Amino acid sequence: MPENYLIEVNNLTKRFGAFTAVDSISFNVRQGEIFGFLGANGAGKTTAIKMLSGLLTPSSGDAKVIGFDVKTHAEKIKKNIGYMSQRFSLYEDLTVFENMRFYGGIYGLRSIEINTKAEEILNVLNLLNERNILVKSLPLGWKQKLAFSISILHNPPLVFLDEPTGGVDPITRREFWELIMEAANRGTTLFVTTHYMDEAEYCNRVSIMVDGKIEALGTPLELRQQMGVTNMEAVFLSLARKSSRSEL
Amino acid sequence: MRTVLFIIQKEFSQFFREKTNIRMLLVMPVIQLILLPLAANYEVRNIQICIVDHDHSGYVRELTHKIAASPYFKLNSYLDSYKDGLERMEHDEVDIVLEIPPDFEKTLIRENEAALSASVNAVNGQRASLGAQYLLAILRDFNREIRLKWVQFPKFNPVPIIQIDHSFWYNPMMNYKHFMVPGILVILLTMVGANMSALNLVREKELGTIEQINVSPIKKYHFIIGKLIPFWIMGQVVLTLGLLIARLIYGIVPLGSIFSIYLFSSAYLLCILGLGLLISTFANTQQQAMLISFFVMMVFILLSGLYTSIDSMPQWAQWVTKINPIAYFVQVMRLVIMKGSGIKDILPHLASILLMAGIIIPWAIWHYRKRS
Repeated sequence: MPENYLIEVNNLTKRFGAFTAVDSISFNVRQGEIFGFLGANGAGKTTAIKMLSGLLTPSSGDAKVIGFDVKTHAEKIKKNIGYMSQRFSLYEDLTVFENMRFYGGIYGLRSIEINTKAEEILNVLNLLNERNILVKSLPLGWKQKLAFSISILHNPPLVFLDEPTGGVDPITRREFWELIMEAANRGTTLFVTTHYMDEAEYCNRVSIMVDGKIEALGTPLELRQQMGVTNMEAVFLSLARKSSRSEL
Repeated sequence: MRTVLFIIQKEFSQFFREKTNIRMLLVMPVIQLILLPLAANYEVRNIQICIVDHDHSGYVRELTHKIAASPYFKLNSYLDSYKDGLERMEHDEVDIVLEIPPDFEKTLIRENEAALSASVNAVNGQRASLGAQYLLAILRDFNREIRLKWVQFPKFNPVPIIQIDHSFWYNPMMNYKHFMVPGILVILLTMVGANMSALNLVREKELGTIEQINVSPIKKYHFIIGKLIPFWIMGQVVLTLGLLIARLIYGIVPLGSIFSIYLFSSAYLLCILGLGLLISTFANTQQQAMLISFFVMMVFILLSGLYTSIDSMPQWAQWVTKINPIAYFVQVMRLVIMKGSGIKDILPHLASILLMAGIIIPWAIWHYRKRS
């Protein structure tokens, strides 16, 4: 294989009873890219991301993440990825530092590493004064940025972000994407789901999922040219209109 | 193993952040240990008795005084009509109606025997049977006294000379508090432990933080052990507190060694906390976990031998007590505290509890799924 793929997906499918949430999707993610995983609510993005990160067992099909099979080596994958879910995942009743210490600890970081990393993150996020403040008293945007920073605390080569900017104001979204870009510059591969089309423009490549299937895949520019439109919003709308699934 | 330490640290930080938790852990057991033993009283006192007298003789007066003088009875009323007496029982004012027939004294002297009738309100079965027994004892006593008076110069003793005197071993004063307090302490420890552990894991499910755990490389047994240890420590704190209260308030000093209590509680807590965690791997919400844990604990407590003797349970219930951790701990507590049993005597109990913990904890680890 000429290219170095970090994620290889072949006909991956997930059924819940009679309902096929993810319907035989196939795609590859290259090392070092920001891969946008777009789709309307209920298109199957979260189900797909959960299969790739080892939280859900696929019904059929194959997927390799960092060279490990998701069916048989889920725990090996977990060691090498970061994950930030759409549900807020930090402990609200712990302080900012306690959260960093805990997540650093369970990924096997040494105490010194945790402390250096923590200082670094607090610096970047401008949270030095909030170090010992309970996470629940932080504004949502700060929480999201903190959650992202913690998800890459152990320097994983690959990070899954499931709608990381949901409910966040445009300025904070912009800042959030700066964090993502920085991580990408350091060589981290990012797999991001979103339904904000302006965010799609930041991605190296995007795929658009409709009703459990991938309907389009390419760079934002390619997709716009294919559909003959000027922005991603129009690309998305023309594809998503075909959806037969009502909002879940 | 370092992972486990990080989990323990996190659990403690979370626990002590919540003031309600500390209150639940420390204040609640103290209050319950002070209140419950006072209420869980097996002695029956102040039985309301109504005497319906159709005879109005000296003997009846004597008998009435005798009953009224007993600490167990309170002479509620002294009536002429049985109907009135029953009416009072209907209104729950009276527990026993003792009816004395006309010519009671005459018949007793002439025929050497006379009949009385006692009607007992058995809505509260225990009160009824104990009350009837106390009354019988008083009547027997009364009977013996008048017979002694009749026989002025006995050639041989007219009353049977075989008298059984009994002494109660291990609880010579039959102090029910010595019997109840160790048992109630077990129940407290169990309720606090099982609830804390059952609710904790399921709370992470509700908040969604469990997903972040599941996507990490944390080992399942690390996670369960990391959750067990903090509660295990807190359980021992509750036990220590309870033993202190038993000593300070009720003057209960274990006859056996404290060490054997702690040895047993160490195994017991593993078992009961494991059960809580197992329940929480099945439940999806705290409400579900609460209900399941409440149901399981209810059955275990009622079949624990704390309130009723295991020996008088039907065979199937006795079998259930074999897999009931609470029953073992209640027995061990009573053995060590009242009888002074040593480690050797509780070894069979200890082995059973360890076996149960050895099944429950791996089961909880196995049933906890990082991936669905």
